[in-house]
Amino acid sequence: MGFFDFFSKEKKEKLDQGLTKTKESLFSKITKAVVGKDKVDEEVLDELEEILIGADVGIQTTVKIIKAIEERVAKDKYLGASELDIILKEEVEKLLLTKDKAGTGALELLPGTAPYVIMVVGVNGVGKTTTIGKLASQFHRMDKKVVLGAADTFRAAAVEQLKLWGARTGVPVIEHGMNTDPASVAFDAVKKAKEIGADVVIIDTAGRLHNKVGLMNELTKIKRVIQKFIPEAPHEVLLVLDGSTGQNALTQAQEFSKATDITALAITKLDGTAKGGVVIGISDQLSVPVKYIGVGEKIDDLQLFNTKEFVDSLFSREKK
Amino acid sequence: MFESLSNKLEKAFKTLKGQGKITEINVAQTVKEIRRALVDADVNYKIAKQVTEKILNEAKGKDVLIAVKPGELLTKIVYDELTELMGGTVQQVKLVGDPAIILVAGLQGSGKTTFCSKLALLMKKQGRNTLLIAADIYRPAAIDQLKVLGEQVGVEVYAEPDNKNAVEIAQNGLKYAKEKNKKVVIVDTAGRLAVDEQMMDEIARIKAAVKPSETLFVVDSMTGQDAVNTAKAFNDRLDFDGVVLTKLDGDTRGGAALSIRSEVNKPIKYIGTGEKPEALDLFYPDRMAQRILGMGDVISLVERAQQAFDEEESKRLTKKIRQNKFDFNDFLSQLEQVKKMGNLKDLVGMIPGAGKMLKDVEIDDNAFKPIEAIIKSMTPHERGNPDLINPSRRKRIAAGSGTTLVQVNNLMKQFEDMRKVMKQMSGMQGKMPSLPKARR
Repeated sequence: MGFFDFFSKEKKEKLDQGLTKTKESLFSKITKAVVGKDKVDEEVLDELEEILIGADVGIQTTVKIIKAIEERVAKDKYLGASELDIILKEEVEKLLLTKDKAGTGALELLPGTAPYVIMVVGVNGVGKTTTIGKLASQFHRMDKKVVLGAADTFRAAAVEQLKLWGARTGVPVIEHGMNTDPASVAFDAVKKAKEIGADVVIIDTAGRLHNKVGLMNELTKIKRVIQKFIPEAPHEVLLVLDGSTGQNALTQAQEFSKATDITALAITKLDGTAKGGVVIGISDQLSVPVKYIGVGEKIDDLQLFNTKEFVDSLFSREKK
Repeated sequence: MFESLSNKLEKAFKTLKGQGKITEINVAQTVKEIRRALVDADVNYKIAKQVTEKILNEAKGKDVLIAVKPGELLTKIVYDELTELMGGTVQQVKLVGDPAIILVAGLQGSGKTTFCSKLALLMKKQGRNTLLIAADIYRPAAIDQLKVLGEQVGVEVYAEPDNKNAVEIAQNGLKYAKEKNKKVVIVDTAGRLAVDEQMMDEIARIKAAVKPSETLFVVDSMTGQDAVNTAKAFNDRLDFDGVVLTKLDGDTRGGAALSIRSEVNKPIKYIGTGEKPEALDLFYPDRMAQRILGMGDVISLVERAQQAFDEEESKRLTKKIRQNKFDFNDFLSQLEQVKKMGNLKDLVGMIPGAGKMLKDVEIDDNAFKPIEAIIKSMTPHERGNPDLINPSRRKRIAAGSGTTLVQVNNLMKQFEDMRKVMKQMSGMQGKMPSLPKARR
């Protein structure tokens, strides 16, 4: 049961727009690197390494990409420097597509789940609540019945923030106020969702740094409590990562995986600056698929991630 | 904090150990490893290159010194370089004007609002009448968040929930501050992307309207390579005075600290080290460099301890210890004090060597819970007179606190030992040295 086809033409334009900065800097830099060169040599590869690392692709993935290009250069002796970006695109695509577990990247509610339970986790300030607000209104517009659970009972006014999103989109928010037990909020939200026959329930949780054992255990508990009500829930544990985070994003994903077995990633704040590279690194290094990307502040700026579209967008030459 | 980077450098140094003296080849290898470690720690690629090149030159010049071990020598060189890069000496905020105005800006989710409340608490503790202004009119419930935090730290918050003009709110708030004779005003603003022209224009207009004596740029310590670009964009627009590095209680390697400082040449003034309102420290470049290199940070620990420990309380305790009247009430209040100092793992991490030893051990703030439960299950009379607690009372206490008799007995024994040690110490020195005055 695949739902809205996110990468309609309009959406593609938005993605292109949102990633403009990334593209521009990637390409102007690659162009600069190959200027006056007629073949890909050591020096060009060094420059390329610098460009990729500078885009937050990360050392390990960068080395992988460079090695692959090196091999091709060795095999195909006449490789011109002008073809570098084409080769690079192919290599990045290869790297990402073999890891692509999200398939077509369509938003699916598993049939017979009602309610489909999504639990949203992440460190402080990555944009969990905003992501939930956007998701909720997109589901709502699809005529899906949505319930939100305000289980961030720790951060000042977090419940208030989610309630405002609920009011904005006309979606009920289950809350027990601040400083209450998050697990019981989650339980009640799932229970309520079942009672009113909701299609989706999204649980917001407090931001927590992944090295705080007590807080990570709390997540495990929330999940366990939800399972008391629906044994196979949560159907989706969504880890939200800030696109401007550096190499710590990988550690975050590993630690959150340990606590809650995350099933999908959302990468936010990808608009604006040269940050698209982090998606390449994350996709390569992690076994969990990237499901959503945030490329702006508007509700539609939260998009389903599609590897092929993303790479196309990243490497499409500016048409002016 | 920064543990991973020091681990990496330690590993890099190992290549040198046992080789006797620095040669160009082994330095070159080590330097490459240091550069990798720095980049992997999110230090900007170009800056990492600059640093390591400088280190290479310094090290080569010093290879005649046979008296020092190469590893130590290189540690010293890297330490000096990192310290210099991060800004030399510690810098305070400029509080000029009546009231002194501090403007806080940064990206979304960097921790501006939390920092504002921490800074407000710090100002209040320094005896300054402080006002917080809520000028984030965009994010849902941002104003509520500041209000709640303001209430928590006991600092008034100025807000106009229905006004959609941040510049106006800031101006009105300032007027209000003057009427109420406030000495420090902290303006919290909305998170914004550096490339958002309209929003950058707004923050520039707020700055022009309130004319702050200090503009602070708040940045998440987990930020990657892009930290330099963002910092540069904000600096071009705002010409800020200092940087605040947040979320350093995480396990990020924190390369952003190095990158930002050297890119915009503005000092890092504060670091956020936890979710509690007290978890704000001044930024000490030398200590941070020491910490990066795994040299521990005893000075920071001592200072934090001093701030948390109430001076009166410590005088009272000293007296009780001298009279050998230390009881469970005092023990409990000591526990509370230690908890106030913040995250236990953080504290332990500041002890030299301990950070490395304990890096895989999970220290959890709940470690004190059973002890507290036991003490709280005693009657007030028992707490004041520990000698009263006989086996049948112990059994009751164990049942009441949900612990076992063994745990209660252990605690009683530890408590007795502690009293004995205290008695010896106070006998030896005549009196307990009082804690030195808190640094201001």
